[in-house]
Amino acid sequence: MEKTASDEIVEVQDLYLNFYTYEGIVKALDGVNLNIKRGEILGVVGETGCGKSVTGLSILKIVVPPGKIEVGKVTFNVKGKSYNILDLNEPTMSKVRGRYISMIFQEPRAALNPVYSVGYQIGEVFQHHRREEIIKTVIEQLKGEVEKTSGFKRHICKIQLSLYERMLKNPKSLRVRLALKTPILKRFQNRMKTEIRNRTIELLKLLRIPDPERVIDMYPHELSGGMAQRCVIAMALVAKPMLLIADEPTTNLDVTVQAQILVLINELQKELGSSILYVTHDLGVVAELCDRVLIMYAGNVVETADVMTIFKEPLHPYTQGLLESIPRPGKPFTSIPGVVPGLINPPPGCRFNERCKYAMDICWKQKPKLVEVAKDHYVACHLYSGGK
Amino acid sequence: MESLMTIENLKKYFPIYGGVLKRKIAEVKAVDSVNISINKGECFGVVGESGCGKTTLGKTIIRLLNPNAGHVYYKTPKEIVEAIKYLEKNNPKSKALKHLLREYDIAYVKGRNLKKLRRHMQIVFQDPSTSLDPRMLVKDIVAEPLVSQGLAKGGKVRDRVVQVLEMVGLSKTHLYRYPHEFSGGQRQRIAVARAIITNPEFIVLDEPTSSVDVSVRAQLLNLFQDLQKELGLTYMFISHDLSVVECISQRVAVMYLGKIVELAETAELYKSPLHPYAQALFASIPVPDPTKRKGRAPLYGEVPSPVNPPPGCRFHPRCQFAMDICGREEPPLIDVGGGHHVACYAINKKE
Repeated sequence: MEKTASDEIVEVQDLYLNFYTYEGIVKALDGVNLNIKRGEILGVVGETGCGKSVTGLSILKIVVPPGKIEVGKVTFNVKGKSYNILDLNEPTMSKVRGRYISMIFQEPRAALNPVYSVGYQIGEVFQHHRREEIIKTVIEQLKGEVEKTSGFKRHICKIQLSLYERMLKNPKSLRVRLALKTPILKRFQNRMKTEIRNRTIELLKLLRIPDPERVIDMYPHELSGGMAQRCVIAMALVAKPMLLIADEPTTNLDVTVQAQILVLINELQKELGSSILYVTHDLGVVAELCDRVLIMYAGNVVETADVMTIFKEPLHPYTQGLLESIPRPGKPFTSIPGVVPGLINPPPGCRFNERCKYAMDICWKQKPKLVEVAKDHYVACHLYSGGK
Repeated sequence: MESLMTIENLKKYFPIYGGVLKRKIAEVKAVDSVNISINKGECFGVVGESGCGKTTLGKTIIRLLNPNAGHVYYKTPKEIVEAIKYLEKNNPKSKALKHLLREYDIAYVKGRNLKKLRRHMQIVFQDPSTSLDPRMLVKDIVAEPLVSQGLAKGGKVRDRVVQVLEMVGLSKTHLYRYPHEFSGGQRQRIAVARAIITNPEFIVLDEPTSSVDVSVRAQLLNLFQDLQKELGLTYMFISHDLSVVECISQRVAVMYLGKIVELAETAELYKSPLHPYAQALFASIPVPDPTKRKGRAPLYGEVPSPVNPPPGCRFHPRCQFAMDICGREEPPLIDVGGGHHVACYAINKKE
């Protein structure tokens, strides 16, 4: 694989991930390799339980027990440097999450906290990731006001200005901490809060939420599914991340709402130039949105290629099966026989062997490697070990 | 073509209670004046967004819910339907009408007659993990309709259960298992087995494939088609997955906020939808072909609340062709030729 450091934003190499359950060890990811290029939309497709979502979670290092990342490397290239995400400590990761890589979850209502208004929740991300920028804007505003006003008001503005400047320089200084605790004095924060509120409203407008001034004070249960999903997308976009991981963002939504969200994601991607890792099981959505596709099966990447190639000449039997199971009028429904094997005792060799109609002896003995059969077209299948 | 089910002016409103005295303050008009007739042996598709009343319609026509008004005739002779119509018009309080309705109209049937009817009409629910009792064995789940209808006793029950299990692609070995031991697709097969055990003629399939994977979905759809051929079933297929409905149904109705806005043969409807809502709905299906990417303008806005639906045509606030009349009067469902029905003033004017 040819690689140029600046071309790829995230590279996952030989990632192994297990879940330690009572029934045994679930080998959820079995040597996953993938790379996400700058400014592309990469679709990850597969059936339930094939490790799509977990791959997304591993990139953000938010795999929770009983899941555990065993070995592997997640390289994150930013500003000319590369980091291995799996080696970074938690405080650093919390800066990366949301700012450089953010995630949209499948169930918008589960992703939002029911006891806070959406405005508060979006504002929290502003507080966390764009605090300095906001303080700077407030300082600018205050400086302008100091010049304009006079008397007592000017005096207050000056105090506030000094507090904000201190906050920018050393947010943990005693004076700032005291000011934050003292009644009346702590009102100096209001300027920052207003600024955040204005920015949140702007963001909601960008996401085409009707009447954002009203929506900002609503609670998640008052919103429809599409609106809630848009608020979650807003949260993910606060810091204009370089990589957006979208984990089936439209699965539970209606087709009309899905179409709205897809158009929105497409537009935002063009505007911000971020990369998107789009996890889905809907091939229609992939055809509509993605530049490149990654097909996963039972914890393995079985095929990757650009979207045209995948739909025109799929090589892996599983990809072919997936494409054939799209219902088309006038044709009988075809399906892949069998089900995804349990990953506690996955079949030896290629994990697809039980369901594959081309299965050979070697498929039960040796795990196929991901080989390049054409330019940027990788397949993991013994059928193509000697090229196409 | 012979009509199996005729639904006339069916209404189902859900009350909302509120205030200190918990009195009825409003109604959710889930199904509002629906007229359809389902032919024998066909698969009738119902599509629409969530909350448009698809499921309520399905449940109401087999009397899992009691309708507020309207008629549902199941294999009722034409003369009787006409007699009921005549009596309703001329003598709505007569005892004869009451008697006829109780005897022939599913919306009014009671007690023993209703129970007898149930064996002819079954339903397969959306999510098999919640529609199957987790504490019952498969053999009991599947046998339950048979036993409660009193159609078989003793050893015959078991024989019949094994027979239907084999029909849906399961086997004898699955008899003594619990639902949680099965995968999603197999669970749905159990639900189908339970539905067909009483030899019904009409089955409501309420989003039967929405909770399973693509490859399993195709298996289930094949099963539905095979069973339909084998047993001569009539389906009402409710789904929001438009591509599935396209492949399995002969006729499709598009619902919006409790009303049918368009009804036509599948091929015709998918080729040339007439109602602006149907057009928007079909345009938003993602096409699994990257060469055919559309630079589409999606339908903006949200579905209004069914508690206070907009007056006139319910789609008019989101409709790009809305005229004055759309906000005032409700458009009737009119046949524009070839069994293609549309409820839209813009279309009707053109015709």
